[in-house]
Amino acid sequence: MSPIVKLTDVHKYFGTYKVLEGVTFEVPRGGVAAIIGQSGSGKSTALRCINALEAIQGGTIDVCGHAIQDPELNRRALRCDVGMVFQSYNLFPHLTVEQNIMLAPTCVKLMRKPQARDLAHQVLAQVGLAEKAEHYPEQLSGGQQQRVAIARSLAMKPKLMLFDEVTSALDPQLTGEVLKVMEELARGGMTMILVTHEMAFARKVASQVIYMHKGTVWETGSGTMLDSPRTAELRSFVNNGL
Amino acid sequence: MSYRFDFLALLPYWREFLWGVLLTLQISATATVSGFIIGTICAIARADGSPFIKRLVATYVEVIRNTPLLVQVFIAYFGIATLGVHVSANVAASIALTVNVGAYTCEIVRAGLQSIHRSQMEAAECLALSRTQIYWHVVIRPAIERVYPSLTSQYVLLMLASSITSQISAAELTAAANRIQSVTFRSFETYIAVGFIYLVLSFVVRAAFALFGQTVFTRRRKLGTAL
Repeated sequence: MSPIVKLTDVHKYFGTYKVLEGVTFEVPRGGVAAIIGQSGSGKSTALRCINALEAIQGGTIDVCGHAIQDPELNRRALRCDVGMVFQSYNLFPHLTVEQNIMLAPTCVKLMRKPQARDLAHQVLAQVGLAEKAEHYPEQLSGGQQQRVAIARSLAMKPKLMLFDEVTSALDPQLTGEVLKVMEELARGGMTMILVTHEMAFARKVASQVIYMHKGTVWETGSGTMLDSPRTAELRSFVNNGL
Repeated sequence: MSYRFDFLALLPYWREFLWGVLLTLQISATATVSGFIIGTICAIARADGSPFIKRLVATYVEVIRNTPLLVQVFIAYFGIATLGVHVSANVAASIALTVNVGAYTCEIVRAGLQSIHRSQMEAAECLALSRTQIYWHVVIRPAIERVYPSLTSQYVLLMLASSITSQISAAELTAAANRIQSVTFRSFETYIAVGFIYLVLSFVVRAAFALFGQTVFTRRRKLGTAL
């Protein structure tokens, strides 16, 4: 099956500091890739490059047929295919949950309000928050806010979802409810790339684990790779996590 | 000291006071609305425009904020006349106050824009919103909601400062007072009365802004918390 995301020898610098030094990996349609690694290993940057939030200085990235390195890249078309969820939720505080979700479908897809509202309720039900439509983000717990952020992305019917440490700001219980939603998405066939520190989740749900170290893909394999690491770096990373 | 107050002497002139009030409100409302639009556009330009535009706006803001309003009013009044365009003192006053309050609005709104975290724009970008849509839905509205109290103070100040335009004989409240006291010779009473009227006007303007804010910023009305 042709990959939906393909990074080839991607290089990224912040000034003279090299963040990515030749990152190569691909994710097939329906695949769930978990990127793990220490802070500063470049995993979040790699994810942001996939969504063209960061410019790359070398290599190529193909996402659903969009060439990210192309200066003429149509960013809005790319973002219609790719959904992204952030560590800090980034909900719009002045809008209700429902309005947060309706904004993009009405603005970008020119959907009429009643349809957009139906859609909002549908994706909210999907993340188990149908009754919170009228609430404002600040009235929700962190876990609920993050599920709304996921629903907001889902409303755009993306082909690929990116999750950037989406549970890092949550306690174990709230983390659990967010991971449950993500697991259901994965089971529903959504292609997902997640940067995560949840090793158990990576082991259980990911079809592919990518261990990044010093700006490169150090080791990659299936979830069981975490049980028998080949490299000393991954071994020490996994052991420290326990 | 045996001054005897005689406020009744002013009573026959209530119509002139009323006209003054109406003109003060008209001039300030005009300057508030157009100054708000100009200021907001300038704030966006200063935050996100080309280097040339940024410098242009910065110059406008600094020149206006570092010169006296009275001088600006004179320049507007005599300057427009020199161009051969005939405008009334009231119109010249409105223009001068608009230009003045536009510069202050620009700085206030700019503070609001800067308070919107980059991650908000990033999230909107990731939802495929266009630049204009991002500004409209995600940046400007919450930015203005945050600086709304400062804007309110600025526009109340503007209403009070409009008294300066009596100097080019714009027919607003202070000009009316000047005329009345020159006829009645009751200067003290006249200006006390006018001061009181301004006080009432300030409360009315503040209340109007509060009411408007409650209508526009739904979240604030429902939750009663600052953004």
